[in-house]
Amino acid sequence: MLQVSLLIAAVFCAIQAIRAPRLLVAAIWLAGVSALVAVLLYLLGAHEVAVIELSVGAGLVTVLFVFAISLAGEETTRLPAIIPRPLAIGLVAASVLLLAWMLAPTDNPPAADDESSFTVVVWQERGADALAQIVLIFAGVLGVLGILAEERPVEKTSAEAVQPGDELPEQVGFEVESSLERERV
Amino acid sequence: MTILQVAAAGALILLGIGLYGLLALRNLIKVVIALQIMVKGVVLALVAAGSLSGQINLGQSLAVTLIVADTVVAVVGLALAVQVRRRFGSLDVRELSTLRG
Repeated sequence: MLQVSLLIAAVFCAIQAIRAPRLLVAAIWLAGVSALVAVLLYLLGAHEVAVIELSVGAGLVTVLFVFAISLAGEETTRLPAIIPRPLAIGLVAASVLLLAWMLAPTDNPPAADDESSFTVVVWQERGADALAQIVLIFAGVLGVLGILAEERPVEKTSAEAVQPGDELPEQVGFEVESSLERERV
Repeated sequence: MTILQVAAAGALILLGIGLYGLLALRNLIKVVIALQIMVKGVVLALVAAGSLSGQINLGQSLAVTLIVADTVVAVVGLALAVQVRRRFGSLDVRELSTLRG
C-alpha cells in the first residue's frame, strides 16, 4: 500500500511539473518526483542508487534549474502545444501500451543469481562505465564553459596600445584569456 | 501489487508523462524537465530489471551511469536555454527555427 501511494504521489508530482505555468514551481515539483522515486528505489533494494538519486536528482539538478531560471527569467505565458493535444496523448498511449506489452512476459522471474557487491560491479566489472562518466563530466564542464561564456567586446587597446615592457592591466589580461578560451572550446 | 510491479508501472507512467511533455511543450526549460521525468522512469525500470533478474548491483551500476549522463545533459540543456533566451529573447523552441514557411 505504501508503494502504491508513493507511486501515485510521484505521478501527481510529474503531472504538476509538466502542467505548472511557472518554471520555478515546475522545478520544485520535479524535485518532488526525484525524492519519491528515490524512496521507491530504496524499497526496491537499490540503496546506493537511491542515495545518489536523492542527492543528485533532488539536490544538484534542482539547484541547477533554479540557477538557470534565475538567469533566463520566468516565462509564465502558456504557449499552445506544438502538436495537437489529442494526437500527442494518442502517441503517448500507443508507446506506453507497446512498452507494457513488451514487459508483460516478465511475470515469471528467473532464479536469482548471487553476485558480487556493488563496489566490485562498479569499479571492476563496469570500470569502463566509470571512465565514461569521468569523460562525460569533463565534456559537460567544457560545454557549459563554452556556452555560458558571455560575448564581451574586446578592447582595442589590448594588443596594440600596450608596449612590450608595460604591465598588463588585470581586466585586459582576463579578456585575452577568455577570448583564447572561447577559441579553444 | 509487489514492489516490482509498482516499479514497472511507475516506469511506464513516468515515461509516458515525459514523452507527452517532449511532444507538447514549447518552453525549452520545460522540455529539459520532461526529459528528466523520462529518465527517472528509466532509472526505475533499470533497477527493477536488475532486481527481477537477480543482478540488482548490475542494474544499480547502469543506473548510476545513467544519472551522471542525465545530469550532464540537463546542465548543457539549461546552459543552452539561457543562451537562447539571451539571443532570441524567448524560451520558445519555435523561435529557434530560422526557416519560415
